[in-house]
Amino acid sequence: MADTKLTTALAAAKDEGRAALIGYLPAGFPTVDGGIAAINALIEGGCDAVEVGLPHSDPVLDGAVIQTADDIALRGGVKIKDVLRTVAEVAAAHPAVPVLVMTYWNPVDRYGVARFAADLAAAGGAGCILPDLPVEESAEWRKAAAEHGLDTVFVVAPSSQDARLAEVTAAGSGFVYAAAVMGVTGTRAAVGNLAEDLVARTRATTPLPVCVGLGVSNADQAAEVAAFADGVIVGSAFVKRLLDAADQDAGVAAVRELAADLAAGVRRT
Amino acid sequence: MSELHLPGTQVPDNRGYFGAYGGRFIPEALVAAVEQVAEEYEKAKADPAFAAELDTLLKDYTGRPSPLTDVHRFSAEAGGARVLLKREDLNHTGSHKINNVLGQALLTRRMGKTRIIAETGAGQHGVATATACALFGFDCTIYMGEVDTQRQALNVARMRMLGAEVIPVKSGSRTLKDAINEAFRDWVANVDSTHYLFGTVAGPHPFPMMVRDFHRVIGIEARQQVLDRTGRLPDAVVACVGGGSNAMGIFHEFIPDAGVRLIGCEAAGDGADTPKHAATLTKGDPGVLHGSRTYVLQDEDGQTIESHSISAGLDYPGVGPEHAWLKDTGRAEYRPVTDRAAMEALRLLSRTEGIIPAIESAHALAGALELGRELGPEATVLVSLSGRGDKDMHTAAEYFGLYDDAEGTN
Repeated sequence: MADTKLTTALAAAKDEGRAALIGYLPAGFPTVDGGIAAINALIEGGCDAVEVGLPHSDPVLDGAVIQTADDIALRGGVKIKDVLRTVAEVAAAHPAVPVLVMTYWNPVDRYGVARFAADLAAAGGAGCILPDLPVEESAEWRKAAAEHGLDTVFVVAPSSQDARLAEVTAAGSGFVYAAAVMGVTGTRAAVGNLAEDLVARTRATTPLPVCVGLGVSNADQAAEVAAFADGVIVGSAFVKRLLDAADQDAGVAAVRELAADLAAGVRRT
Repeated sequence: MSELHLPGTQVPDNRGYFGAYGGRFIPEALVAAVEQVAEEYEKAKADPAFAAELDTLLKDYTGRPSPLTDVHRFSAEAGGARVLLKREDLNHTGSHKINNVLGQALLTRRMGKTRIIAETGAGQHGVATATACALFGFDCTIYMGEVDTQRQALNVARMRMLGAEVIPVKSGSRTLKDAINEAFRDWVANVDSTHYLFGTVAGPHPFPMMVRDFHRVIGIEARQQVLDRTGRLPDAVVACVGGGSNAMGIFHEFIPDAGVRLIGCEAAGDGADTPKHAATLTKGDPGVLHGSRTYVLQDEDGQTIESHSISAGLDYPGVGPEHAWLKDTGRAEYRPVTDRAAMEALRLLSRTEGIIPAIESAHALAGALELGRELGPEATVLVSLSGRGDKDMHTAAEYFGLYDDAEGTN
């Protein structure tokens, strides 16, 4: 398959002999411009790629932390055009860093599948993660994404049987997102043993990098996951730094600091 | 009429689609569990022992068949049309919800799961689920929007009496939509031990089909009862539609009867042209909510718009995908009914017939009054009286000023 900004960034981390660090924050949180500053801080702190969340009224896969952030963003009036502006500004500031959008399916469906793919590509986006769009329902999206050079990252779970893993990974591109605990998003105290098994089973089905999201919140956990995965995905811990901060500047600084800690974590040998 | 509505035609297709609606929009973590439900349901359908056990429960525990009641004094207010009520309010637990719950409880036992979760709006599905969990010995957790726990407090007490844990949901609009969100979050985390006993004909395939099938008994009984009583089919079948389970249950057997109009009554709150309503099929647009493609109350960015209805059970911004399909094909019609019209119908049935309906069902009664006046005295209208109104007495007392020293708002 052709190299994309996403595959290039993940390959660069691999060439350094380490896992990639991927950070997530919702757009429009705490404000549209504050969100852009925070996502830029993810990259400045050391993230190799970023996921921009599209806040949703019904975030059924998210725990309390991201629900709260989505709620703040929506009450602040964030629209899809603001999400696309966020992508555009981050991509312009960091041309080599892939910027993905992570979104529930209905906003894309409503916006128009082809239109969303075209506008995301025009904004400089690298692809999409669509956690409630299973492979079976994804044909229209994948066609539009391919036409615009966007990667489509699919999610796998510990409950995915091996045959199912093969179907999912065959449909995706960029990397495979291993959601390695059963449950909604949120930080967790322990890494758990489901993750390593899921990564091994997923790798058996695909040459794509396998990146793990399971509630990592500190450098030790990042190092632990980096030992067996191609990438470490961190979301709720960043959101929590912004929620807990006294003001926006302090929040952005806290996000940058955490990204630097985690970036050191994935570089431990 | 679409050829897909002809007798012997099976919907949904094997991907769970009713025309353009339905499907399975779920996270990967739930794919295996939802497939297990679908496979086990197909096995159960082919197992005579499953049908026999369910039939016994429906007869000896629920009290089926439910009666068909002629309501002569009420009919006089409906343009003289003959109104017949299918009395799901007389089922054990007080509504139609028990039909589906007993079916899925048997399925849960077949799957070897020991814990059941469910959402509830008015509390009728929650009470029915808590009842079945007591009967079968399952652990039971019910998610209910905080607004609904307050307006349906009696049902919260009933669920807890039956041994269920009731969790008030404080996110979003704090009503049925958010209770479903929270139940999905629980299911993703506990899917190995837990069955999500979904309470309406929405959600990912196979739920819209399976829940409909468990409620088909309503229409099968009612069709024969009307034929036996009147010697002919009704001119119209009327039911309230939130998610749409009682409506699908009573409509389904009549779908091939081209001369029988099928009319769903949606909750219009303050009015379908105001911002406060739950008239999803009247005012919504196709989209994806809670696992299936259907009509959704949503803005131009695909964000769900909060619904409003005096009826907790109809206060939902989505609707079952088969209703979306029946609307588009024209086989069924959907009409908005305001809070006021529903409450007037509730009072009218209470005072003319001695039957206090649930506020949900009162929307169907209001629709029947309107329809009877349109069709005139030669017509026969079958109404699904889906639940009884005990749970709604606090709302009704405040609405009509029935408490001592209180003034009603109407």
